[in-house]
Amino acid sequence: MSNVDTGRHLPLEALHIAAGAKFGGFAGWNMPITYPAGVMKEHLHTREKAGLFDISHMQLFLVEGAGAATFLSFVCPLDASAIGIGKCKYTMLLNDKAGIIDDLIITQLSPTRFMVVANAGNAAKDEAHFRTNAGNFDVTIEALPRVLIALQGPDAESVLTNAGLDLSTLTFMTATEPRPGWFASRSGYTGEDGFEVAMPIEEAEAFVAKILADERAMWIGLAARDSLRLEAGLCLHGQDIDETTDPVMAGILWAIPKPVRESGNFIGADALRAIIAAGAKEKRVGLKPVGRQPVRAGAPILDAVGNTVGRVTSGGFGPSVGHPVAMGYVAKELAEPGTTLFTEVRGNRLELQVAPLPFTPHRYRKG
Amino acid sequence: MSKTYFTSDHEWIRLEGDVAVVGITDYAQEQLGDLVFVELPETGRQVTKGDAVVVVESVKAASDVYSPVDGEITEVNTALSSDPALVNSAPMGDGWLFKMKLSNPAQLDELMDEDAYKATL
Repeated sequence: MSNVDTGRHLPLEALHIAAGAKFGGFAGWNMPITYPAGVMKEHLHTREKAGLFDISHMQLFLVEGAGAATFLSFVCPLDASAIGIGKCKYTMLLNDKAGIIDDLIITQLSPTRFMVVANAGNAAKDEAHFRTNAGNFDVTIEALPRVLIALQGPDAESVLTNAGLDLSTLTFMTATEPRPGWFASRSGYTGEDGFEVAMPIEEAEAFVAKILADERAMWIGLAARDSLRLEAGLCLHGQDIDETTDPVMAGILWAIPKPVRESGNFIGADALRAIIAAGAKEKRVGLKPVGRQPVRAGAPILDAVGNTVGRVTSGGFGPSVGHPVAMGYVAKELAEPGTTLFTEVRGNRLELQVAPLPFTPHRYRKG
Repeated sequence: MSKTYFTSDHEWIRLEGDVAVVGITDYAQEQLGDLVFVELPETGRQVTKGDAVVVVESVKAASDVYSPVDGEITEVNTALSSDPALVNSAPMGDGWLFKMKLSNPAQLDELMDEDAYKATL
């Protein structure tokens, strides 16, 4: 509960301290967890106006070279040359068993230049994986030092425009390099319309000040980032997906284009094709605890007679929906929405309903 | 109002006649953040000082609240079932957690007064 110093520091940490943030450790970084408004108000503010997140713990990699597309199509289940210039693609790094090393967003900037955004906790592992596999390709991989912010919510576009960065021509999952050293995409992790903007560290403080001068924008901490993404049904790597889960059971096979599934030559391709052929034994589902008591990650999922039939991987309270929300894996035959299941919290048996994801509708600007 | 005592685990306890009211401090509620669920004990339960008797759940996590002294739970704050945020808005008032009959009132003297508690924060 105290402000323990944990690991790496955000370049803008002084701004968060001045804003009254409470800090906590996440993925080896000392991160703002909440601000004085508190997680509930921060969450609702993001859905109603514009929430500003410092996500500089995430890592940008510039992958460049004549072999960049074939390299990325080898390390990811992807046809990188077909993403389209200025388009972003949700994808992942798979191991040779088709377990998920990380989930990523890759943007094609030119036929030979790609921007990769990786999760904080996996960045070092991802970079090592890239370099291990880059040997046979004409490609350079550069980790970019940047401040990365997300501005999420219905007022995000207008706040950015007023701050001097007009990204109104972008639609969901498209990106641009608006200034030298900058990278901006219409994307996010909340289910709302919004943007993620990377910039050189020395330009960040002035730009953030312009955003915060707009009263519709406020800092949002990691606690609300987690409740927002959980309501939006989005996976957190390390919790909902990891090297023991594959894209089929995780329900993210949609991210792998059909021709790539069928004939792609990527790491884990054979394993993935075998998993697709056999079908998933378990599936990731939304779970709505009946009543007000939250169910947390790690809780077992039980059937009516008490057999363990799955596990909760994320759980908490959904401020926008006004009830507890959770996600987890259950046996495939129990994955239908409406199925009644149970869990046990501190010795009490609680009822769960399998629920469709997302809990809150996505409001992306699809153009 | 009679004297309020405090524990190093951020509970408070205040005698009202022959029962005592227990809650968590303003500092504790602020550290926990917005509460969304409070699991209250059964009335009639005999508890010992240091027993985990209440679980308060924020958006992110669950935390235990301990009994400050020995005694019997006589009443719980049922208003928290529908409005757990009362603990955030009025931790020393309407957001109280439970009432208890003390087995050994002398245990109160082992706790801190408000000034001593505040000095620990």
